[in-house]
Amino acid sequence: MPDEAGRSAATKAPPGKLLATDLVDIYRVMVLSRVLDERVWLLNRQGKAAIVASAQGHEAAQAACVRATDPSRDHYLIYYRELTTLLALGVTPLELLKGFLARAGEPLSGARQFPTHGAFGRVDLFSFSNVVGTQLPQAVGVALADRMRGEPRVTIVYFGDGAASQGDCHEAMNFAAVHRLPVVFFCENNRYAISVPLMKQMAIENVAARAAAYGMPGVTVDGTDVWAVYEATDAAVKRARSRGGPALIEAMVERLYPHTSDDDHTRYRSPEDIQRMRSKDPLPLLEAELRKQRLLDDATHAGIWAQAKRTVDEATEQAEATPFPDAGDFARGVYAAGS
Amino acid sequence: MPVMTVVEAVREAMREEMRRDRRVFVMGEDIGARGGVFLATDGFVQEFGEARVIDTPLAESSIAGIAIGAAVNGMKPIAEIEFADFAWPAMNQIVGEAARIRYGTNGTKCAPMVVRMPYGGGVRGGLYHSQTIDVVFAHQPGLVVISPATPYDAKGLLKAAIRGDDPVVFLEHKRTYRLVKGDVPQEDYVLPIGAADIKRPGSTLTAVTYGLMVHYCLEAARLVEGEGIDAEVVDLRTLAPLDRATFLESVRKTSKALVVYEDYLTYGIGAEIAATIAQDAFHDLDAPVMRLAGPDVPAMGFAPTLEAEFMLSPARIADAMRELAAY
Repeated sequence: MPDEAGRSAATKAPPGKLLATDLVDIYRVMVLSRVLDERVWLLNRQGKAAIVASAQGHEAAQAACVRATDPSRDHYLIYYRELTTLLALGVTPLELLKGFLARAGEPLSGARQFPTHGAFGRVDLFSFSNVVGTQLPQAVGVALADRMRGEPRVTIVYFGDGAASQGDCHEAMNFAAVHRLPVVFFCENNRYAISVPLMKQMAIENVAARAAAYGMPGVTVDGTDVWAVYEATDAAVKRARSRGGPALIEAMVERLYPHTSDDDHTRYRSPEDIQRMRSKDPLPLLEAELRKQRLLDDATHAGIWAQAKRTVDEATEQAEATPFPDAGDFARGVYAAGS
Repeated sequence: MPVMTVVEAVREAMREEMRRDRRVFVMGEDIGARGGVFLATDGFVQEFGEARVIDTPLAESSIAGIAIGAAVNGMKPIAEIEFADFAWPAMNQIVGEAARIRYGTNGTKCAPMVVRMPYGGGVRGGLYHSQTIDVVFAHQPGLVVISPATPYDAKGLLKAAIRGDDPVVFLEHKRTYRLVKGDVPQEDYVLPIGAADIKRPGSTLTAVTYGLMVHYCLEAARLVEGEGIDAEVVDLRTLAPLDRATFLESVRKTSKALVVYEDYLTYGIGAEIAATIAQDAFHDLDAPVMRLAGPDVPAMGFAPTLEAEFMLSPARIADAMRELAAY
């Protein structure tokens, strides 16, 4: 695979085990995500990007999860805070920036939708709604179709703690468990549904505790720990692929930025809470671990960041030079006829 | 040509499509061993097996949501919502999601699925087994909405819906299920979606309607024909996309229009049809467009007297026809 940042992470990992190359790839895609995420905030503050929902704090969980799946055949139903997942699946920074800047040729929805929403051609990626949780029963339907055709594909559906309160979440998990469908429910629990803290969302500590009630395994992992996320996902994917049924993984993460660029988390998070969560930034945590294991030296580290910055700089320039989509075809694609 | 009821025609359509296309499957509450509460899938689990005849948990949102996912992933689901009144929990998945998938993915994905719903009153169904909710769907671009009145139309339109590439809400009036019988060809046929049908030609006035009200309008036309009133009855059959040309042509001929629908009067389908006629056939009109519809009261009562007060009847439609003819 070319060493273009992020792209090589879409290759399949050896089953069950993270190699040194995997770890560096994971770190590389996390760095690319962070640099791109920061750039989009900048573009937002410049009035060029209308909205951004940051993935900062979620990068390790997303990158490690994708690494344990098979992008050549699996399905990914994601939600709005999945920048690292998108990069790990091979969507390029230029393609994503065309989304943030709503430019022509944006591949997911032709810039009809919010950034990162729509469907993607090179990987079976579906990222549709802003009504939280709707992707959960849809993912179950995707898996049902695979089951009916006897195809050994796995559907990974991503959602936050907020979505876990939706009735659709319950209905989806229940149906998937009844029919033992190949679904991995991947919950990124950052403890906030916009401003509502976990203790006001549920009376239990963890979303994963609900899995037992549906008759499927559920596990809570530290979402900054790429080994833990990888192993949990790998086990769930293998189980699903071998007709063992669905599983629920809950990755505990921090949302380092407000809900979106239109939010201000100082209105509802204490300074202590904000200070404390900074210690759970997955990038320095993984960097320290990789250095400890002698998988990352100063030169490699500097190279990864420089490459990411160069890639994002170039992509920004190209995206900004791209025109907005032609409004002439805005009515196309309502029905099959006339599409 | 065999004579069938509406529900038998619905069953035949699904059975034939499941035989010809492995991608077609049915899912919903009580559709397996029970065969559906109206027996629309009677015998299906025996013929097609549980993998293609899926008894779901009692959870309408996921019935629609799972159908979307299966459709996006290459299958052709037919989801049954047991009663249209129970579709409200599924509304977000149907209106908010299925309708927008083609548009919101810039045409790269679609959800070709059929959501069948028995609907309508006159069956002592009270508040939650009598509702007519058609316009909620018909207002949403991206959805096809079909409501047949006869067995022939039901079979031909349902088969077309299943074969199509759009999400379809297929509304079957419960009162027509066993009340209405008609000839249905045994051979394979499909009818065009988005084409109205003139069920009775006439010259005095045009009644524009669909569903059970087609039969009530035909009965009303018989009641007034001895009085020199010759009513033309236009059956819309498809509510979205709406075939405007057929009723406009009829109104240009008769010069008078009566829109008859079971749903609430206000913001109902009559408003759309009346506005279309006013805009495109104004100079052909000899009378104001008249609407006859359900009252703006939340629901049909359970008691027979309350239900009868809410429901239209051939006699009430005949009175409206007399009034319009005399204008």
